[in-house]
Amino acid sequence: MKYVEEFRNAELAKGLSAAIKAEADPDRTYRFMEFCGGHTHALARYGVEDLLPQNVRMIHGPGCPVCVLPVGRVDEAVALATQHDVILCTYADLMRVPGTKYESLIKARSKGADVRMVYSTIDALKIAEDNPEREVVFFAIGFETTTPPTAVAIKQAQKLGLKNFTVYCNHVLTPAAMRAILGTHTPEGAPNVILDGFVGPAHVSAVIGTQPYEEFTTDYKKPVVIAGFEPLDVMQSILQLIRQANDGRADVENEYARAVTPEGNVKAQALVDEVFEVRDEFSWRGLGSVPLSALKIHEEFSDFDAELRFRVDVPTPKENKLCACGPILRGEKNPVDCSLFGTSCTPDNPMGACMVSSEGACAAHWTYGRFRTELELEDSA
Amino acid sequence: MNAPQKPPQKPRPKPHGNKPGSRPLDLKNGRVDMSHGAGGRAMAQLIEDVFIGAFDNELLNREHDAAMFTLPPGRVVMSTDSFVISPLFFPGGNIGSLAVHGTVNDISMAGAKPYYLTAGFIIEEGFPLCDLAEIVKSMADAAKDAGVSIVTGDTKVVERGHGDGVFINTAGVGVVRDGIDICGDLARPGDKILVNGTLGDHGVAVMSKRENLSFTTAILSDSQDLGDLVSDMLDAVPDIHVLRDPTRGGLAATLNEIAHQSGVGVELIEDAIPVRPEVKSACELLGLDPLYVANEGKLIAICPSEKADALLAAMQAHPKGKNAAIVGEVLQDARCFVRMKTGLGGTRMVDWLAGEQLPRIC
Amino acid sequence: MCHAIPAKVIAFRDDAMADVELEGVIKEVSLALLDGVELGDYVILHVGYALAKLDPDEAQKTLELFAEMGEAAFAQGATP
Repeated sequence: MKYVEEFRNAELAKGLSAAIKAEADPDRTYRFMEFCGGHTHALARYGVEDLLPQNVRMIHGPGCPVCVLPVGRVDEAVALATQHDVILCTYADLMRVPGTKYESLIKARSKGADVRMVYSTIDALKIAEDNPEREVVFFAIGFETTTPPTAVAIKQAQKLGLKNFTVYCNHVLTPAAMRAILGTHTPEGAPNVILDGFVGPAHVSAVIGTQPYEEFTTDYKKPVVIAGFEPLDVMQSILQLIRQANDGRADVENEYARAVTPEGNVKAQALVDEVFEVRDEFSWRGLGSVPLSALKIHEEFSDFDAELRFRVDVPTPKENKLCACGPILRGEKNPVDCSLFGTSCTPDNPMGACMVSSEGACAAHWTYGRFRTELELEDSA
Repeated sequence: MNAPQKPPQKPRPKPHGNKPGSRPLDLKNGRVDMSHGAGGRAMAQLIEDVFIGAFDNELLNREHDAAMFTLPPGRVVMSTDSFVISPLFFPGGNIGSLAVHGTVNDISMAGAKPYYLTAGFIIEEGFPLCDLAEIVKSMADAAKDAGVSIVTGDTKVVERGHGDGVFINTAGVGVVRDGIDICGDLARPGDKILVNGTLGDHGVAVMSKRENLSFTTAILSDSQDLGDLVSDMLDAVPDIHVLRDPTRGGLAATLNEIAHQSGVGVELIEDAIPVRPEVKSACELLGLDPLYVANEGKLIAICPSEKADALLAAMQAHPKGKNAAIVGEVLQDARCFVRMKTGLGGTRMVDWLAGEQLPRIC
Repeated sequence: MCHAIPAKVIAFRDDAMADVELEGVIKEVSLALLDGVELGDYVILHVGYALAKLDPDEAQKTLELFAEMGEAAFAQGATP
């Protein structure tokens, strides 16, 4: 596959691994956060951490939109599907996320709710066109990569004059989440997560450009290297972050120049600005209430807003007290630090969102990396 | 090996169309209705004209409720599988050919030669007879190629909306010759793991026909009978430890099953696993991993390491094994983890997935 | 979820839709978010939409950068 397989080449990986080992200062530890769930997945799936020296640690960030969706929003989606006779269209990742009392969309479907998996908003629009007598709700989630397709769908619905199509909007914003991570402090005022820099998201950046990350370099003095999705991209970005850390610099660098431009996708940004506006605050699993971090549908398109069209009855949202998704999403804990990991919480029976989504830190570790921890334990025994 | 005892000769019954007072089945435009499952004349006509007509063998032609036969000496192997695949027709096959290949292969995976199959049908009211006839013909062709006879069966019809076109169950019977001992719990550390060809073809072929995915590809399902390949493999290496076909859940699920049954670990080499470029890219587009995608004409063979080269040569010499490869080895590991050296040089687990990546793939 | 992949544009269809090809697999996607796409361009796909055009020169430069980093490290005696 062109522009894909060349970026997975084992020989080049050896070279980058050597370069990283040569430049990493053996007298210090480097802690970099890969914000995006896609990067978490790439690291695990290719075993990239085997090619990094021990003193370079990757901290998994909250860039998994399924993982950060608060329990209450899942409950509302389930309620939409069960309390109203709607066709609820959703991306596959959301089907098994457990809400309060472990109700999920897939369980709702098994009890008769009309929940349908779609690969694209285009599919949801088609369902609405094909079923004019039924209400169709699209469960929209995602960071800035996934928001423009929802904007297109709403504009298209308006153009077609669809009266039965609405969107349940849970789109969230990357820079706000990065700010929230850097801003969480212990009661004594020390930062909760010690980070030396960020591996910046690939496709969020293709949409928003490189400029939004400047604040992290100027205000927080953290370097940001935007990385492509393939393992060599991530390794190169880690190398660049190590260099910045060694030099004491904090700049925005773009390793994914083949797809990310400084201004990003201006057309997509304009569409999003037209169809959405920023919510005052939004509750994130793990980060709590974060101001100006999520989007709602603009008044002009209120006909397509499921939150205005439907009233639902939901229980008080409750998460399992032992579920460590919060600290894991903030990068404070590792999956193995959660007492539920591997015991009552497994991909077969997920207790929290980090285990459901294939990009969640817990699912990635369970699926790809579980053997590594056990080996380390064996070695130290 | 003694051939099964032949029953007395009986001429095949003529189609009902020749009997006075009955109309022939309209195989072109007709549909299955509730009377075809009711046990009366309509059902008898359906069975004769569609099923017996196609499967046509001496045991079936006797039209007894049960088929009676003797088998050659050796241990008897039995297997059953139900087929609920959607869509019913896909590039490279249909639910009928799949139903024969699936059960015949299960028998072959025990190292046995399959002889006889049953075929049970649950048909939805309104199902087109032309589709049924085509499915049945595919079954007949597949059975003939595999050297098996479909000797008994059953037909039920359910109300419209209570089926999904047609569901098929096949059960099969075969015989293992002496000296062959193949079982899922016999993998041993040091053994090598082989596959007979490219992985993921069937799953991708079926997916390409699912309307909501809107992608096109020339990939065909690999659904095929593996009996003759297995026979050559056992001639070359009689002490193969494990044979299994990686159907639902793909190579990953099957290796995890075997690892647990045998109490061992597995290490795969990603670069050694054959996957067609089109299957790789279809999986990329859909966010799937080829290791977890269903196959219907592939097998995993686990044999002692000193026999691996001979086994590979025997497989590659056969048309159904020309892309065969050694893909990994069995390790000592009490946790029964299946891991893989990635193309990048790192290591990852190949975990037992919670559920099927795609529904109704078999 | 952020899953995205580059594919080549091989045909245009109505309503800002296009056929893209990846190793012989052809998929129909929307170009509603991109202007100035030409036949033969590679685009990055996400949930059925093309989000960005891939710049082949930058791609080549990035691969060369990887090689350079490795060569420099090996020249200094570093090992992976």
